[in-house]
Formats: sequence, structure tokens, C-alpha cells
Amino acid sequence: MRMKRVAAVAAAATLALGMSACGGDSDSGSGSGGGKGIIGKAQSQKKLVIGVKADQPGLGLQTGSNYEGFDVEIGKIVAKGLGVDAGNIEWKTTVSANREPFIQQGTVDLVVATYTINDERKQKVNFAGPYFIAGQDLLVKADSTLAGPEALDGKTVCSVTGSTPAKRIQTEHPKAKLQQFDSYSKCLPLLENGQVDAVTTDDIILAGYAAQSQYAGKFKVVGKPFSTEPYGIGLKKDDKDGCEKVNEILKAAASDGSYRAAWDATLGKSGKAAPELDTTKLTNCGSV
Amino acid sequence: MHVFADPTNLDAYLSGFLWILKLTGASAVLALVLGVLLAAFRVSPVPVLRAVGAAWVSIFRNTPLTLIIFFCFFGLYSTLGLRLSDDLDRNNYWLGVIGLSVYTAAFVCEAVRSGVNTVPAGQAEAARAIGLTFFQTLRIVILPQAGRAVVAPLGSVLIALCKNATIVGTIGLIEASSVMKDLINSNGDAVIAIFLVFAGTFAAILIPTGYFFGWLANRLAVKR
Repeated sequence: MRMKRVAAVAAAATLALGMSACGGDSDSGSGSGGGKGIIGKAQSQKKLVIGVKADQPGLGLQTGSNYEGFDVEIGKIVAKGLGVDAGNIEWKTTVSANREPFIQQGTVDLVVATYTINDERKQKVNFAGPYFIAGQDLLVKADSTLAGPEALDGKTVCSVTGSTPAKRIQTEHPKAKLQQFDSYSKCLPLLENGQVDAVTTDDIILAGYAAQSQYAGKFKVVGKPFSTEPYGIGLKKDDKDGCEKVNEILKAAASDGSYRAAWDATLGKSGKAAPELDTTKLTNCGSV
Repeated sequence: MHVFADPTNLDAYLSGFLWILKLTGASAVLALVLGVLLAAFRVSPVPVLRAVGAAWVSIFRNTPLTLIIFFCFFGLYSTLGLRLSDDLDRNNYWLGVIGLSVYTAAFVCEAVRSGVNTVPAGQAEAARAIGLTFFQTLRIVILPQAGRAVVAPLGSVLIALCKNATIVGTIGLIEASSVMKDLINSNGDAVIAIFLVFAGTFAAILIPTGYFFGWLANRLAVKR
């Protein structure tokens, strides 16, 4: 514990220094419009740091030092649109709880990590997208009779500390017992052993877990989504230009087939057809 | 400090530290009992007991606490079905107490055993000479003197225990460090302030504890 704290202080100090250094740069710059934010960084350094999940099969899964999944493919499309080669992307593992701090502190440039766009988060970060619309659902044992969220009273549900699904269970189904962990992967052995009755998060994530070979046939997704979770791409709140650029890239990806290719290479393997990327629903990047 | 002006956040902060204190309290009592017993095993004339004490210390002192706590949850509870309470938080709490106690007992045992070594051998010989059994010698002559000698090291063990209690957050008990993570997550603009408040609270609890044990050690020291 002690070491962790020391490390945290050191990290905080480094960050503070880093931030002040960045501030100095932009002050001394000639004030050209494209010099800031992710566009500027992609142009000048040809590098990007993208935050993705590391434990979500089909979306963002880390095996060794490799990351793969739909989110990762979307990240590559965006980076390519900004002029950064896939080889120059530094992938960084984010969990639900550290996405906003990572963006705000500049640890990552972009977050593509099953990141639901909502008003609370819009106060802190800017969102491009959505590139996918998911919905909160329940993962239960294959032989379970649990029919939906209304049957959760007195049941034990597992989710991730501080995540949107966990907070929704707390507020909308206060009689359900909530076991919280720092990652969904810890919930699965509990579901298998029967200590929790359901695991809850977005349907697409649950489908990824259910399809994993070691759990094949053991779990099923209830299939009654009870929320709408538009997945966005998070970036710094003041980076409006960057956000608009990412939306343009997504629009292009929807028409030139690279979006569909990204889906087919990852989540599409489950047999589900690629969804339409509805470019009319893209965010306005915080403009009123 | 706007973060802590919100009553929900303040409640979370208080309940987080309440869990830490509860974990520390229960584990301290259990670890002390268990640790003294193990120390008695380690100095006993029975080889099997000595082996049990030595094995306990070697295993638990050298295993990362996170693994022990995980084992309590995924091993004892999830796989073996040991359910200690129907309430989810209480259950996690007691599983955490078990993990912290068996781990800390190893350190208490070694501290007490070092205390036993400070008692002159003549004391034990005199006790045997007047016909006391091994356990009488230990209970009436050795341990009271050994205990006084190790007040300060036991204080250090208690302080370490209090900080180690944050690890129980990894099995889903929303203790102080989990609350801190959650607050940092929802207030990314006040990370350092939140961090300082939590670190400061630990310091405010533990620094006086340290001084108290220092004072107690002086007061109880056996003057030879």
C-alpha cells in the first residue's frame, strides 16, 4: 500500500509538471488554429495514446502486449483519419473508473472503451460518436429463469464499481444486492458458482463474455435491454476541433466500409450482422 | 473542498473510514490472539507445534496480502461456499477480517517471539525449578514480560494492519480507498485534493496511534 501511495504522489507530481509544460508550449506557439488538441498532436508527433478496455472480449481485450476488439479497431480508424499509423498508437488500459481522470490529466489522448455518452460525463470530457448503441442487460446462467430487471429484488447482481450499470442498479433497483469489483472478469466465476444471480452491464459486453470458449453454453444474455448506451469516443473537454474531426472520420468510415470491416473482424465473428452507423446522431461536440 | 460539501460524498467518506476502523478492530483482536498462540507454539517443546507455527509464519508472511484476501473470497466463499453473513457487505467484511487476521498473526507471532527472547533464560529455569509446567511458565512468567517488551513493535504491526485494510476493497467492500477511487472518478478535476484528504485522514488516525504505543512501551518497559 505504502509503495502505491508513493507511486501515486510521484505520478501526480509528474502530471502536474507535464501539464504546466504543455501550457507553456501553447502560450509560446504562434496561435495557429490546428496546433492544439489531438489534431495538433497527431500532426506534430505522429503519435497518439488511446485508452481501451483490456478485459472485454470482442471490444477491448489484452492478450500479452496486444489489444484487440471492436473498440481497438475504431481507435485505429480514428488514428488513421488523423494521420497516425496503427504502429504509432500507444494503447493504454483503462477501467471504467479512470477514464475521465485519464482524459482530464492527459494520460491518454482518446478513450475508446465502451464509454457511454451521458450528461454527467459531458461536464468533464468531450464526446465524439456514438459509434455504437448498446443497452444494459443481464447475463445469467443458461438454466436461470430470471426474466429481467424487475425480477432483481433480493437477488445479487455483480458489476463494476462506479460504472453506469452499477449506479443504475443502485438507483432503479435498490432492493437488489450489488457486489462490486474493479473488473467484470471477476464477476464471472461468481456467476458460475451461483454466488451472484446475474452480471449486469451492456448487452454487447455480456455477449462477448458468453461467447468466450471457457464459458461456452454456460451463460445466456436475458435479451431485454433496459437502457440506451451510446458509446462515444472521449477526449478533452476543450478539444472541440478534435471532436469534430473524429466525427468526420466516423462519417467517412460509415460510407467507405471500414466501419463494417472493423465489426466483421471482431464482434461480427459471433454471427451478428454489422449495425448501421447512424451518422445523423453524432454529437455536436459540446456546441450549444 | 466542494467535493466533501456534498452530503452523499461525505457519507461515503465516513462510511469508508468506518469500514477501515471495523476491519482494523476485529482483525487486531483476532490477530493478537492467534499470534500469541502461534508464538507459544514456536517456543513450545513439542516439535509438531513448532513446525505448525513455523509453517504458518513462512506461508502467510511471504504471501502477498492481496492474494490472501482473494483466496478468502474466491476460495473460501466462492468455491468452498463459506458464507459468513447473508448481508453482502457483512460477508465481504468477515472474509476480509479472516484474511487480514491470518496474515497479521504471522507478524504478531514473530514480534512476540522476539519478546520471549528478551526474557533472561534464568527466569524460565527458575519457573521450572519451582515446578511450573511449560504452559504455566509461559503464561505466568514469560509472556507478561515478553509482552511488555514488544508493545512498540506491535504498535507498528497495528498501523500496518490499518493501512492493509484498504486491500479488502478489492473484493467489493466499499472501504476508504474504494471511496477515494470513486470520488476521483467522478471529480477528475480535484484528484490531488481528494487524495490529500484521504491520506491526511489515515495520517490523523495513525500518527497518534504511533505516539500512543511509544508512550505505552516506555511506561510498560521492564526495567532490568
